[in-house]
Amino acid sequence: MVSETFVFTVEGLTKVYSMGEVQVHALRGVDLQLEAGEFTVLLGPSGSGKSTLLNILGGLDLPTSGRVHFQQQDLSKSSERSRTLFRRFNVGFVFQFYNLIPSLTARENVRLVTEIARDPMTPEAALEMVDLSDRLDHFPAQLSGGQQQRVAIARGIAKRPKVLLCDEPTGALDAATGIAVLAAIERINQQLGTTTVVITHNATIGDMADRVVTMRDGQIATDRRNDVKVPVTALRW
Amino acid sequence: MRTLDRKLVRELRGHAAQSAAIAMVIASGVAVFVMSISTLRYLSDARDAYYDRYRFADLFVSLKRAPMPLEKRIEAIDGVATVQTRIVAQVNLDVPGLLEPAVGQLISLPDDGPPRLNAVHLRWGRMPEADRAEEVLVSDAFFEANRLALGDAVSAVLNGRLQPLRIVGVALSPEYVLQVRPGEILPDDRRFGIFWMPRRQMEAVFDMDGAFNNVTLRLLRGARPEPVIEELDGLLAAFGGGGAFGRDQQVSARFLDDEIRQLRATGLIAPTVFLGVAAFLLNIVLSRRIALQRTTIAALKAIGYRDREVGWHYLKGALLIAALGAAVGAVAGSWMGSGLARLYAQFYRFPSFVYQADFRVIVLAGAISLLAAGGGAWRAVRGAVRLPPAEAMRPAPPSAYRRSLLERLGGGRWLPLPLRIVFRGLERRPVAAALSSVGMAFSVAVLVMSGFTNDALDFLIDFEFQRAQRHDVQVTLYEVTSPSARFDLAHLPGVQAVEQYRAVPVKLRHQHRQHRTAILGLNEPRDLYRLLDAAGRPISLPPAGLVLNDKLARILNVRLGQTVTVEVLEGGKPVHEVRVARIIKQYAGANAYMPLQQLNRLMRESDAFNGAYLAVDERHRNELYDRLKRTPKVASVSIKQATISQFRDTVAANQNTMQSFTVFFAAVIAVGVVYNTVRLSLEERSRELATLRVIGFTTREVSVVLLGELVVLTLLAVPLGWGIGYGFCAAMTTGFETEMFRIPLVIHLSTYARAALITVVAVAISGGVVRRRLDRLDLVDVLKSGE
Repeated sequence: MVSETFVFTVEGLTKVYSMGEVQVHALRGVDLQLEAGEFTVLLGPSGSGKSTLLNILGGLDLPTSGRVHFQQQDLSKSSERSRTLFRRFNVGFVFQFYNLIPSLTARENVRLVTEIARDPMTPEAALEMVDLSDRLDHFPAQLSGGQQQRVAIARGIAKRPKVLLCDEPTGALDAATGIAVLAAIERINQQLGTTTVVITHNATIGDMADRVVTMRDGQIATDRRNDVKVPVTALRW
Repeated sequence: MRTLDRKLVRELRGHAAQSAAIAMVIASGVAVFVMSISTLRYLSDARDAYYDRYRFADLFVSLKRAPMPLEKRIEAIDGVATVQTRIVAQVNLDVPGLLEPAVGQLISLPDDGPPRLNAVHLRWGRMPEADRAEEVLVSDAFFEANRLALGDAVSAVLNGRLQPLRIVGVALSPEYVLQVRPGEILPDDRRFGIFWMPRRQMEAVFDMDGAFNNVTLRLLRGARPEPVIEELDGLLAAFGGGGAFGRDQQVSARFLDDEIRQLRATGLIAPTVFLGVAAFLLNIVLSRRIALQRTTIAALKAIGYRDREVGWHYLKGALLIAALGAAVGAVAGSWMGSGLARLYAQFYRFPSFVYQADFRVIVLAGAISLLAAGGGAWRAVRGAVRLPPAEAMRPAPPSAYRRSLLERLGGGRWLPLPLRIVFRGLERRPVAAALSSVGMAFSVAVLVMSGFTNDALDFLIDFEFQRAQRHDVQVTLYEVTSPSARFDLAHLPGVQAVEQYRAVPVKLRHQHRQHRTAILGLNEPRDLYRLLDAAGRPISLPPAGLVLNDKLARILNVRLGQTVTVEVLEGGKPVHEVRVARIIKQYAGANAYMPLQQLNRLMRESDAFNGAYLAVDERHRNELYDRLKRTPKVASVSIKQATISQFRDTVAANQNTMQSFTVFFAAVIAVGVVYNTVRLSLEERSRELATLRVIGFTTREVSVVLLGELVVLTLLAVPLGWGIGYGFCAAMTTGFETEMFRIPLVIHLSTYARAALITVVAVAISGGVVRRRLDRLDLVDVLKSGE
């Protein structure tokens, strides 16, 4: 069912990789609907299929079978080119390894996105949201890991994306820095109403989400809503 | 196989195209090296063996006429080993199937056995019989060029009578490895042939009973030629001796020596370029690959591999590629060498064609390539050896960048981000970028050089044979003739204009330098044989003094206004001091000029001439040729257009073969450099490029980053290559300068354009190949990995 209120509608999604002669069933029939503005944390051990799901949602990858709708658009039937445009206008990505362009400053890394997006915020405003107004003209080599990740987040949200997809955004960071990064993500979710999905190993992070989805062996194991959200600053691990 | 070696083999296979591109550059260098040096060895070995086995003379001299007993006195000169006296004559020929008259050089064969010097090698047929009048041997180049058969006859005007020369055998001689007519600068096998005739017959025909007019001699081992020449000239002075000279002045020997010298230059320049490029390619490829394999190196060291083993592992990769390239190059070079040697064999006639790939050359080439590869890889390998394992375990920190020069100068505002990435990337690795650019520039330079040879040849032919020499036919006469003979020439069919000249053999001296040449006495005004100034305007001869061309002035080290000693080598052999009144630029020969009247005064003779330049009406050409063939006074006729055509047909054909090789090699360099540069860039930037794709950039937008660097490097490489190419060409003009030819430093715009175009096409193709890999870049895979 494709509904107006859902940003993503996923039905019977499977993904089989061929790793040489071995077939890896990364997803074995996933059904999921994400509401607009929802903050979802996707938990699960390595190889449970959460990154695969995220990549398919973000239009980086295609499912083997099943359907993924982004609003009215059927991503599972979209061409490479239309998926590129989908990413360009609707999706913000944040990765464990920040993937900044080392030869561009913080501001320029963000501008990379604002130059090609429709109705973006200014790079300065995006960096302001992640508390990096004082690091605008620094190159990645001149920034700490947490700062680099926050630039990556600013880059992800500067286009005012419909969805923000974060794959282990705190995986390479220490706890204090990780919390600062999560705070930035939370702020964006609340202020801009961006539908947000965060993948993590760290169950504690689930406490700050609207919804916690656990995956195991390519399937959704549990799917619960948090009645009480813990503010990110109160998290400890 | 050890596991580490297995890793090496798999990686080489994984980067097969890249390794192949480098190996091909090495192969090209080795191929040119093996080709040139093997051909050079073939030529010089063939020359030495030929000269030795067929007793090529050391000294040569022609004279008017001397009695046979003089031979004994020549033999008695200190340092002389063997003497061969001969009768030599130049005759005007009528060859079946050839419209124009040809020139034959008749040489006597001793009646009492084979020649003691300059022996002939009988290729087909038999030796002529001493008592049969018409029988001759003919040189094989002439025989082949005119498609003659044994038993055929050519007609010659012998001492005023037209007589047949019947070909009974085909032969070669070390004296005419290359058949160039005396006084000419280009070989023309159809119109110039050597004929050997029994001495008895020549004596009869030329009225030389018991006399000779030519001496060749061989020196004792270690004997210095100068004193012998001096004594010989003194001895022959009374007999009209024309001054003895050594092999260095003998036309065929000198052409051959010049050729060998030029091959040596080719054999050194080209491989240096190729192996230099290969060394630099290995350097950048390996150092960047090692950078990408940081963690692998750390792991190897952590497991317990010694630094030395890790270093050797990477060095081995470079050496393996070099060895592969050298092997391919050796095979290709041997094959090309045999082809080139065969080509040379058509020009330079040797009794047998024995070409074998020279094992020593191949070993040397292999050693040089391994050295170049090792040298190129050394720095990179040292980096791997020095990397401390703990540090290497951590992923490399983001590389430090800064704003590019263009932006620092304030030009950044309008610079789009993808281009900023390009410029900052280039500036962060200025050395690697410069090297890539220089590598491509070499490809441009090689192409400029290859086009240059054509341009220069065109210019030379145009300058010397169209603008300066505007005659159609040049006629030389047996004897110095009175001016009235000019009218006989003018009345020949089709002759529109006649300009007579006199050529006088001389020895010019200035300080301790001397040179044998001829002074050409010319009349004013002239329109057929013109002397040109630097701007190409015709000039008149100054009323007094000598005009030298620049080459002769250099040989004699004489400047304008200085005097040279002119020793005339014929007639009364007067000696004069003459002032150099002008020096002109010419590209062929080492020539001297003087007004005809003044030259005749110098000879203490009244008006006389011994040759003429004719302008001929195309429509009566055949009639004229027919008459000239039968005119007894005419010693030789040379048809300018025929010479040029023959030259173009042969030399230009070879040029084309060489050109296609050059274009191929230049493309190899360009592709080798570009493919490796872009491929590495793709590897290093895959993360960056994938990120851009994920953010929403299309493949086309992303390729700007990948290929923008290439465009910048190419834009730098093209003018740089033009410059390097110009330098190479300039070096070539000095390196290849000979007395016969100077290559003018003339490069057409179209040559520059063509060089740039071919390189750009090669760049575009290899860039396109790598770009296709960009389309296949696995975004998920690249981004998931930490490093």
